Amino acid sequence: MFDLKGYGPALLNGAVVTVELAFLSLALALVLGLIGAAAKLSNSRVAVGIATTYTTLIRGVPDLVMMLLFYYGGQVCVNMLSDYIWDTYEVDFFFQFNPFISGVITIGLIFGAYMTETFRGAFLAVETGQIEAARAYGFSTWHTFRRVMVPQMLRHALPGIGNNWQVLLKTTALVSIIGLTDMVRVAEEAAKAERMPFHFFIPVAFVYLALTAGSELFIKWLDKRANAGVIQES
Amino acid sequence: MADQAPLICKDIHKTFAELEVLKGISLETRKGDVVSLIGSSGSGKSTFLRCINLLETPTSGDIIVHGDPIRFTTNRKGERIPADNKQVELIRAKLSMVFQGFNLWSHMTVLENIIEAPINVLKVPKKEAIERAEAYLNKVGIYERKDYYPAQMSGGQQQRAAIARALAMEPEVMLFDEPTSALDPELVGEVLKVMQSLAEEGRTMIVVTHEMAFAKDVSTQVLFLHQGVIEEQGTPQKVFDNPDSERMKQFLAPKF
Repeated sequence: MFDLKGYGPALLNGAVVTVELAFLSLALALVLGLIGAAAKLSNSRVAVGIATTYTTLIRGVPDLVMMLLFYYGGQVCVNMLSDYIWDTYEVDFFFQFNPFISGVITIGLIFGAYMTETFRGAFLAVETGQIEAARAYGFSTWHTFRRVMVPQMLRHALPGIGNNWQVLLKTTALVSIIGLTDMVRVAEEAAKAERMPFHFFIPVAFVYLALTAGSELFIKWLDKRANAGVIQES
Repeated sequence: MADQAPLICKDIHKTFAELEVLKGISLETRKGDVVSLIGSSGSGKSTFLRCINLLETPTSGDIIVHGDPIRFTTNRKGERIPADNKQVELIRAKLSMVFQGFNLWSHMTVLENIIEAPINVLKVPKKEAIERAEAYLNKVGIYERKDYYPAQMSGGQQQRAAIARALAMEPEVMLFDEPTSALDPELVGEVLKVMQSLAEEGRTMIVVTHEMAFAKDVSTQVLFLHQGVIEEQGTPQKVFDNPDSERMKQFLAPKF
């Protein structure tokens, strides 16, 4: 039905890269978000300061600038470190900054900052009575966190997580800038070579659409589960 | 050991910032006592109840649960804090609380609410915890609602579920913090009836309440608090029919 001029397998590989990149970044962002929220809600001034600096900095700088900074800047740092190690210890230490890893780290860091705010708000939305009941029944701090705070927080966090996920998925397209052969990069090359932009970019757009639509359904399902006990059966 | 007092509070003081809310409250219970704490809003009765299970840390004074005094220490800011969190958790497990706003965990069904603490805190095997929960649900008359979520039940049913949750801990003392104040008037009766049956069984209870009829008919001891001190204390007959304190007389006087 649709002739991809032999670019089909490359595009498919690109799509797989996109999905891998998105999921790994999401995992990193969720972890960073939980840590960031815990830090922002803690009593430690140092932790609050670090987390606030992190979210302010990341949310204030364009994603593209961050991506370029981490990729090229990261390589410069590695080179400097490797020179230093060679000069002082005469040990040969070097690695090439790989676009995939820089992509995961950059996108994870960016969305970790957004997740921090999502989780922070969600934790604050848990009613104090729920936590008080847990304490009054002899729960440890960890047990209270795991059995009461997290399940109740999730219900408030899910819509925000869903939003962040959709934006994150689309942000992965930026890695083509630093030379990762994701779906967008392949399509760009193919479109240039064949002079057929519609032919290649429209299928790519549809893949993104399918991914976001699919995740929307999944998030709806999660949301329903997390809201058990809140929305009354009608 | 059989006659050891389930709960003794000695000279409890509590200060929030500059405001002294409790100015030396003492209470000694015997097994089977039903103690009603009465008084107007702001008299400190709820704060006192929350000091007993350490939801608030008393600024000074001792709490002894079944012969076991709670140990305190001072933190870097000079505030008094419990010395051993493990001990606090163990003591809280012996003093189950029923809240004004029920505070059932909204993401769990009624049955899950009731078995959560017995399984995870008391380490009761799951099967036994479920049997226990079902027996107490029967007792409070909502067995058929065991798979409902709290939001699917009326306030009276939620509070009865909360009482079943408290009972499932098989506590030394049950603490009730205005258990009927958040209920519609027509639902108050079903909760009071359950509480009365518990009192008749000889459970030790401390009840903060505005239900004077309950305090008068069901309790063995009544404490009338006013501005953080005990103004009047004794049997319900003494406190209600023959009070010494002028304030208690005013409190009892018909309002309109």
